[in-house]
Amino acid sequence: MTGGPNVTEPPEVLRVEHIAKRFGAVEALSDVSLYLKKGEVLGLIGDNGAGKSTLIKIICGFHQPDAGKIIVNGEEVTLKSVDHARSLGIDTVYQDLALVNELTVYHNMFLNREVVRWPLLNNRAMRKRARQYLDDMGVRIQSVEAEVAKLSGGQRQAIAVARSVYSDAKILLLDEPLAAMGAKEGALILDLVRDLKDRGEVSIIIIAHNYAQVLEVCDRVNLLQHGGITYDKRRAETSVAELTDLVVAEYRAHRTKGG
Amino acid sequence: MSETIENQVAAAGGPRQPGGVGRNLIVRTAFDAFMRRREATILLVAIGLIIYFQSARSEFLSHDNLVNLSQSTAPFAIVAVGQVLLLVSGEIDLSAGATFTLAPFMVHYLIDFYGVFPIPAIVLSVLVGCLIGFGNGFVTVVLKVPSFVTTLGMLFLVGGIVLTTSHAFPAQIPEAAQGTIQRWFGLAEWSEIIWCLLIVAFFHVVLTRTRWGLHTIAVGGNLLGAREAGIKTTRIKIGNFMITGGLAAFAGILEAFRTQTIDPSLSGADFASVMFTAVAAAVIGGTALAGGSGTVIGALLGAFVLAELRNGFNLIGISANPFNIILGLAILGSMILNVYLANLRRAGRT
Ligand SMILES: Nc1ncnc2c1ncn2[C@@H]1O[C@H](COP(=O)(O)OP(=O)(O)OP(=O)(O)O)[C@@H](O)[C@H]1O
Ligand SMILES: [Mg+2]
Repeated sequence: MTGGPNVTEPPEVLRVEHIAKRFGAVEALSDVSLYLKKGEVLGLIGDNGAGKSTLIKIICGFHQPDAGKIIVNGEEVTLKSVDHARSLGIDTVYQDLALVNELTVYHNMFLNREVVRWPLLNNRAMRKRARQYLDDMGVRIQSVEAEVAKLSGGQRQAIAVARSVYSDAKILLLDEPLAAMGAKEGALILDLVRDLKDRGEVSIIIIAHNYAQVLEVCDRVNLLQHGGITYDKRRAETSVAELTDLVVAEYRAHRTKGG
Repeated sequence: MSETIENQVAAAGGPRQPGGVGRNLIVRTAFDAFMRRREATILLVAIGLIIYFQSARSEFLSHDNLVNLSQSTAPFAIVAVGQVLLLVSGEIDLSAGATFTLAPFMVHYLIDFYGVFPIPAIVLSVLVGCLIGFGNGFVTVVLKVPSFVTTLGMLFLVGGIVLTTSHAFPAQIPEAAQGTIQRWFGLAEWSEIIWCLLIVAFFHVVLTRTRWGLHTIAVGGNLLGAREAGIKTTRIKIGNFMITGGLAAFAGILEAFRTQTIDPSLSGADFASVMFTAVAAAVIGGTALAGGSGTVIGALLGAFVLAELRNGFNLIGISANPFNIILGLAILGSMILNVYLANLRRAGRT
C-alpha cells in the first residue's frame, strides 16, 4: 500500500458481528459488532467491566463466543485456540500481561514461539533478539537474563508489548498497554503504535482509559457499553470532552435512577 | 547458566591467595553466583556429609558401601525426577510408590502368564506406568480434581490391584528375565545408578533446555498466562504425569531385579515411603512445592543425601527409628533454607 491520497478504501482485515458471551450468570457481551480496516488504529473504550477484555480474548481465540461471527481478511473463521488466531496473524498484549515470573526476560519474550534448534532451545538467538527488540523500542532493562519477577510494573508491560509488536502480527490487540507506564514510557509505546500505523501494514485495536492518549494515536473510537458498541466516530469528529461526557453522563443517569 | 556446578565449585573454592580487593571481589561474585544456584545448598550438604561419615567410619567410601549408597540413591532419584517435573508444573503424584510396586508384578504377569518376551514386558510395564499417569493427569486436569486428591485415590487403587492380583505374596523374578537382562536392569552393581544418571541427565536437559521444560515452568509459574500465550497447558500437565508414572514403573522394575524379589509389601505402608522419599529428595534438592521452579540435579543430590544419612547413621550404629527424626529435621531445615535462599535470590544481587 502506497502513501498519499487513496482513492480506494483500505480493505477490512477484521469484522466481528453480533458476538455474545456469558460467564455463568454474567452476560459480558450481548451483541457486539465492529470492524477494523487495514492499517487502522481503533480505540476501544468503556467502563470497568464493560467487556473490553472479554471481546479481545474472543478475537484472539482465548474464549469462544456463544454466538456471532468473526471474519478475518474476508473469511469467516471459528477460532479454536490462541495458536489458531496467531496463525492468522492476530497477536495480543493481555491486560494481565501473561508473563511468567520464574522465567527470564528473553524466555518471556519468546514464550510459545521459542527459537529452537531442534531439540534444544536456541537461547543465544533469543537473548540477542530480545536485547535488540528492547533497544529498538528504547526500553531500559538492565539484563534480558533477569527473572521477570525482579522488574518494575512498567518494564513488565514493555516486555509484553515488545513480544507482540515484534511477532510479525498483522492484527494487534493491545489491552491497556499503557496502564503501568510512566509518562515517558507511555509516550514511547504510543510512538511505537504510530510507527506501526505509518507503515500501514498492521491494524491495531487499543484499549485505554486515558482518552487523551487514545485520541492521540487512533483513527476511530468505539465505545463498548451494555454489552454492545454504542458509539463509533472518527477521531476528527470527537474529543476528550465528548468521550468523557458520554461515559460520565451514563454514570450520572444510573445514579439518579438508583438514588 | 551454562557453567557446570563443578566449575562453580572450583571457582568458589575459597581464596587461594589473600590477594587484592579485585580477587576477593571475583571470589565473592563467583561464590554468590554459586549460592544462587538451587543445587548449591544440597551439594554442600552432600559433601559435608561425605566428609563427616568418612572421618567417623573409614569404610564409608569403601567399594561395597559406595555400591550400597548408589543403590539406595538410584530408585528414589528416578522417582524424584518425575516428581520434580510435576512439582514444577504445579502438581504432585502421591501414587508413584504404588506404580513402583505394580510395575515388576506386571513384568512377572506378562512373562509368566502371557508368555511375553522380557524386554517387551519391561517396556509394556513402563507404559502401564504411563497409563496410570495419564489417568492421574486426566482426572486432575480435565475433571479438575486437585492432584493431591486424585493421586491419593490412585495410590489406594493401584496398591489394591497389586495386593489383590498377587494375593499379597511376593513373586520370583521370571526365569526368562534372569541372567543378562536382570543384570542390565538392576542386578549388576552399578546398573541402577547408571540408569539413574542417564535419566537425570536426560531430564535435566529436558527441563532446562527444551520447549517442554520451558512450558512446564510456565504452566507452574503462571497457568493463566501460559494459556493466554497459547501453551497447551493440558498436554504439558498430563505429559508430566505420564513421565512420572513411567519413571516410577521403571524404578520399581530396577529395584525388584536388584533385590531379586517382587515384593507386594511395598504397596503396604512402604509404598508411601518410596513416594515420600522421592518427594523429600525433590524438595530438599531445591524444588518448590508451589510450582514454577525446580531442579532435577538437585533431586538427585537430595536422594543421595537421604541415602547418605540412612547409610551413614547405620554404619555409626544409630538405628532406623531415630533416623526418621533426622529425616524430618532435614526436610524441615532444608525447606526453611530454601525459602530463605529463594528470598535472597529474589532480592537479587544480579
Ligand atoms: N473468566 C471469567 N469468568 C467469569 N466472569 C468473567 C470472566 N472474564 C470476565 N468476566 C466478567 O465479564 C465482565 C466483563 O469483564 P472484562 O474483563 O471483559 O471487562 P473490561 O471491560 O475489560 O474491564 P476493565 O476495564 O476493568 O479491564 C465482568 O463482569 C467480569 O466479571
Ligand atoms: Mg479489561
